[in-house]
Amino acid sequence: MKMKTIKIQLETLTCPSCINKIEGVLNKQNGVDDAKVMFNSSKVKVTYNEEETNPEEISAIIEKLGYPVLS
Amino acid sequence: MNINTKTRNILTLVSGGLLLAALAVYLLTPGSLAQDIILIVAAIFAGVPIAIKAFQALRMKAFSIDLLVTIAVVGAMIIGEYTEAAVVSFLFLFGHYLEGHTLQRTRASLKSLMDMAPLEATILKNGKRITIPAEEVQVGDHVIVQPGGKIPVDGKVITGQSLINQAAITGESVPVNKTKGDQVFSSTVSDNGYLEILAEKVGDDTTFAKIIELVEEAQETKAKTQKFMERFAAYYTPGIIILSVIVGLITLNVHLALTFLVIACPGALVISVPVSIVAGIGNGAKNGILIKGGDKMEDLAKVNTLVFDKTGTLTKGKPEVTDIKAYGISTDELLQLTAEVEVTSEHHLGKTIVKKAEEKGLKLVHNPSDVEIMKGHGLRAMLNGQQIYVGNKSGAEKLGIAIDIEANEYMLQQQKNGNTSVFIARDKEVIGIISIADQVREEAPATMNQLRNAGIGDLMMLTGDNELVAQKVAYQLGIDKVYAELLPEDKVSKVTELKTSGRNVAMIGDGINDAPAIATADVGIAMGGTGTDVTMETADIILMSDKLDKLPYAIKLAKATIRNMKQNTYFALITVALLLVGVLTDKIHLASGMLIHEISVILVILNAVRLVGFPKYQVWFKWLNFNAKKRKEHTETQLTV
Repeated sequence: MKMKTIKIQLETLTCPSCINKIEGVLNKQNGVDDAKVMFNSSKVKVTYNEEETNPEEISAIIEKLGYPVLS
Repeated sequence: MNINTKTRNILTLVSGGLLLAALAVYLLTPGSLAQDIILIVAAIFAGVPIAIKAFQALRMKAFSIDLLVTIAVVGAMIIGEYTEAAVVSFLFLFGHYLEGHTLQRTRASLKSLMDMAPLEATILKNGKRITIPAEEVQVGDHVIVQPGGKIPVDGKVITGQSLINQAAITGESVPVNKTKGDQVFSSTVSDNGYLEILAEKVGDDTTFAKIIELVEEAQETKAKTQKFMERFAAYYTPGIIILSVIVGLITLNVHLALTFLVIACPGALVISVPVSIVAGIGNGAKNGILIKGGDKMEDLAKVNTLVFDKTGTLTKGKPEVTDIKAYGISTDELLQLTAEVEVTSEHHLGKTIVKKAEEKGLKLVHNPSDVEIMKGHGLRAMLNGQQIYVGNKSGAEKLGIAIDIEANEYMLQQQKNGNTSVFIARDKEVIGIISIADQVREEAPATMNQLRNAGIGDLMMLTGDNELVAQKVAYQLGIDKVYAELLPEDKVSKVTELKTSGRNVAMIGDGINDAPAIATADVGIAMGGTGTDVTMETADIILMSDKLDKLPYAIKLAKATIRNMKQNTYFALITVALLLVGVLTDKIHLASGMLIHEISVILVILNAVRLVGFPKYQVWFKWLNFNAKKRKEHTETQLTV
């Protein structure tokens, strides 16, 4: 198991209710160990297992939820 | 199928324009078909982005507020409330737009700090200058910084000299002179000189990068109040939805049921605490004060007892020669010969004497021989054929050196003034006394007064130094209580003792020697954070500059932040209560519910924005403070132990 942590920058988050939404969905994904939304800096911090998922897949999920990923 | 921010803003604008058009039509011919059509179109324009978001979340099996609003809007359309539908969807979007913009202002401090990050670096490679992105500099590279340029790495100056503005790190804009061998930091600005720097820390390892990282993490650390609010919200939303369904089923009043859905998200409540904390932490960071989270902010605001370490915190931590008394020879001769003996010494008092001699331009010509260190006393050596002793009184007595009444009186007087006395004897005869003291920081007395004004009840001091020296410093500064001659573990137990006596204790020290005591206190404050990683890790609050005067600012900022947070919380709670009562008593409907909701969110954010400009835009309430103590009037007799 190889764990890695990335920070994904989103467009400015405005409603705190998106925190639960994004965290909830990401935490259910295979290979995601821990997802935390940094509301104030509009980032998502994700710890994931490199063998099961990758940053592109995680970013895609966030985009699908309706939050454009900047980097 | 994402709708980007720009499209959404256009849709909001169009929908707003249509609402105005509908109003115009209404004024001309109330209740016309044209009015309804315009309203329906407005509702669709604003409703579609909300519905898409709701659908996206639903697809991922996630619940969202957008879903509630979509249901409310669609429901309102079905029962023919076109105005309500259009206004609710427009306000929801417009509210988000305004929130986005005002929220950015609460985050402005950190943003402006991040903008100070260096982008490019010029390095010397094979004798050539090349410019590369700052993050590509390697440890060991020679970095060139031109006058006016930004330093891209942490490192040591190899050549050159310059005044450097370190505001990005310390929050102090007074430039500091740096020359060969001095430490410089990434993101600071070289003012007037050319510098060549050896890169020691680059990229994410620099002090600046660590500050940004720390502040970002700190902003997310939840305050205790925030945790309470989130728990409240976690029950509130489902509770309101259930209420909506029950009320709808019992009364069969669809309009009322839909209104509940609109007020189900306690937006102002959830955002009330984080916005204040973010603005407060950001303000601190910009002023060289790193506060590690909302909870630490709350703790700092509650502190009533401040415990200081003495050496290096209240004092400069650099001993200086304060007086030279010579018997039978000139003071320069005395200083010269003492320095000649002490030149090999590793002792900090010895070094202080040598430094003083060098400052005075005295040439050290003679070399000592047969140097004998007398542990705990001083040292003895042969110099120019004469036996010289430099050390304390007990060492002199041990060697049988006679100390007459005059010298003894002088020594006592010096000690009373907080000095350490060094005896110098030549062939068993005292030829002089050099007094050395660690001077109190220049800003310390004023800081103590400001701390009292900031509402700190007790100022205390812990030190490993002897009682007399400690008392002297305490007297100069008006410190209430002194605990002297402590070992590091004694400091820890003292702090624990104060805590268990029911005080809210903050301990401030230099972060290295005092790390255990700092970790023990309710709030650990480290000074001079540019020093080490250890400092950054153990302390709850880090004052980046090596100066005391940021301390009152930090405490006032914490109090202002907590006050702001409370204003927001109460305001949000009252709004929620009013909305509920208003809906239940049929005073508030879909559109007005959404309007009040959005206004309350914006007001809460705007209130927090005031903190970005702290200490401006603050109303200071002068509470009667019965606990505040006046500076204690020490009498001279207290000092003669």
